[in-house]
Amino acid sequence: MKIIPEHAIDRRTFIKGAGIATAALAVGGCSAAGKVFDSDLLAKFFQTHLREITPEEFEKIEARLLKKYKKEYGRNFVLGNEPPNPDVLFGYGLDLGRCIGCRRCVYACVAENNQSRTPSIHWIRVFEFESKDVTRSINFENGTPFYNHGLQPAEGMVYLPIACQQCENPPCVMACPTQATWKEPDGITVIDYDWCIGCRYCMAACPYGARYFNWVEPEIPADDINPNLHLLGNRPRQHGVVEKCTFCIQRTRQGRYPACVEVCPVGARKFGNMLDPDSEIRQLLKRKRTFVLKAEIGTDPKFFYFYSFYG
Amino acid sequence: MKIIQFSTFCFKEIIRGKKTYYAWMAFLSILIFIGVAGYYQQAVHGHIVSNMSDAMPWGIFIGTYAFLVGVAAAAVALAVPGYVYHWEPIKEIVILGEIIAISAVVMALLNVTADLGHPERIWHAMPILGKPNLPLSMIAVNIVVLNGYLVLNLVIVTYFLYCSFIGRPYNKKIFMALMYTSIPGAISIHAVTAFIFNVLPARPYWHSAILVPRFISTALCAGPAIMILAFKVLRKVADIDIKDKALFKIAEIMVVVLFINLLLFLAEIVTEFRSATVHTIHIKFYFSGLGDEMKIVRWAWFGSACNVLAFFMLLVPKIRKNHITLNIGCLMVIAGVFIEKGIGLVLPGLTPGTLGEVYSYDPSIVEVMISIGIVGVGAFVFTVFSKAAVPLAFQKRPDQKRPKEIEGQEQIQ
Repeated sequence: MKIIPEHAIDRRTFIKGAGIATAALAVGGCSAAGKVFDSDLLAKFFQTHLREITPEEFEKIEARLLKKYKKEYGRNFVLGNEPPNPDVLFGYGLDLGRCIGCRRCVYACVAENNQSRTPSIHWIRVFEFESKDVTRSINFENGTPFYNHGLQPAEGMVYLPIACQQCENPPCVMACPTQATWKEPDGITVIDYDWCIGCRYCMAACPYGARYFNWVEPEIPADDINPNLHLLGNRPRQHGVVEKCTFCIQRTRQGRYPACVEVCPVGARKFGNMLDPDSEIRQLLKRKRTFVLKAEIGTDPKFFYFYSFYG
Repeated sequence: MKIIQFSTFCFKEIIRGKKTYYAWMAFLSILIFIGVAGYYQQAVHGHIVSNMSDAMPWGIFIGTYAFLVGVAAAAVALAVPGYVYHWEPIKEIVILGEIIAISAVVMALLNVTADLGHPERIWHAMPILGKPNLPLSMIAVNIVVLNGYLVLNLVIVTYFLYCSFIGRPYNKKIFMALMYTSIPGAISIHAVTAFIFNVLPARPYWHSAILVPRFISTALCAGPAIMILAFKVLRKVADIDIKDKALFKIAEIMVVVLFINLLLFLAEIVTEFRSATVHTIHIKFYFSGLGDEMKIVRWAWFGSACNVLAFFMLLVPKIRKNHITLNIGCLMVIAGVFIEKGIGLVLPGLTPGTLGEVYSYDPSIVEVMISIGIVGVGAFVFTVFSKAAVPLAFQKRPDQKRPKEIEGQEQIQ
């Protein structure tokens, strides 16, 4: 986490305070949603960009959020803010030969990352192709995420799960007008949900359809919520902001696997540190002929597909 | 204090008027109320009241936004003949063109605001206050240039009217500097609007350099068409003399640009269909539909037909200089450009989506209500400004002289 010197923050806060006197009036107007105007709302409105918060500011934000979640879900939460490890660059491998299209990853992801249940948001979507359609290249217009056979896999079909490709050159980050989304040093593109203005330009810019907008206040039953949160990851989102896969930042920064990797029943999903020559992902890149989606766009994804065998 | 007198004069002028003026303002207030009611629905229930979705993240607001920035940019169609070539009949009405530009920018900004998930956070995109992603994010750049253009035009209009009020010629150096800044300013706001779309390689339909000149050419068709109609209404209802030859000159400019627009359109069509890559699917969707999703097709053909027909119609001087046929031609150009730029830009650009989704989009009732309200605000702004401007800039009182510089240059045709 980048920490800027104290005096700079003071100046910044001062300018903000002076310049936004009129904007503060607008907040009153925007709380038309019938919410009570309290000091937390003001603190949230003037909250610093999460890339620039000091440890003290994090503590304040943590206290405010935990109080809010406790009130909303009646449970205790843990809010982490683990910084990236400088020796780590995350990479992902997906074996299209093995994937059976069971969608267990989709639901594990929803449960782990507190995606909205109504309306439902799925960060992972699994596409089904006829195998003849993927022999030369992958065109998503030939596939569908809306298959329903009962038993998986269906004969003669190839399954391709897709989520955020964690590009090294992410077009969404370039598009964002407010720098509310950025690539962390360990390669994960994250979003500051309190800074996003909800213009959805990143969604227009993403070639992989990996970003989702909260068209309404998300709804998660209190019993289903995952209480282990990360500030930049799976904390409950709000209406009017964009969200996306973070490689389960709350798990992977603690050295665990993402939920989708852990749940995959056929071992199609591989994950690891690309800077470590002995890691699973590096071995995979060395031994398999991998490819990335839409390579011609130049996004340089860290999400590699391969066929261990052709089923 | 002259400034206070000036403000009082403008204020009095705005609140006073004939019965028809009050009726018109009441009508606009109803439109604005409809918009507020729609926005209230969106604020309470969330953006789910729109018909947009993750597969179609932008809709009518962004389409209208692109169209309106074009209308604002079209003020150059008056500023250039008026202040670069000093052609007097147009020079007289440049100020009205700037007022149209102000109204169009206000509407454009409202469209973006209505689209935002968190409009109260808009300061995050502003220099100094927030963290604008300059110059990489074209929306951030656009926020800066569009607000700059709005301020510039407000200054030009206010300064011009103030000078008229105190009966002193304007400072030529200052005024011409402002005017000459507004010309590249107009082009730049619209070029940047095109950049919002065409810098996205994820969307092949937009990812074409020709989108920038196409934006500017469509702007210089629809803008003048709106101006011609607005000026005709204005000279009917207000005591103001707008010469026919000024209107016909604007129509002439419009026809020339319409030709350029058709040429650029043809270039896009030939490139897309002759090369027939997988990316041609977007323009095929626009002109012939995709599967069951056919409803955009009629708009596509209707809009293109409007543009082509209007060009051949207005090419004939007799038709262009007949008021009725000119009105029809202008309406056709406005409809054609709105369809080409509003509907025909956003929807085929996002259909099919990056993962091949074909999502059927129609604006919802709430989206339409908000759009109606925004049009109401634009018309309100235009009415208020021109109500104050007309007596100052166009009615010579015996004791006051209208600012005027070079005489006798009317022969430039």
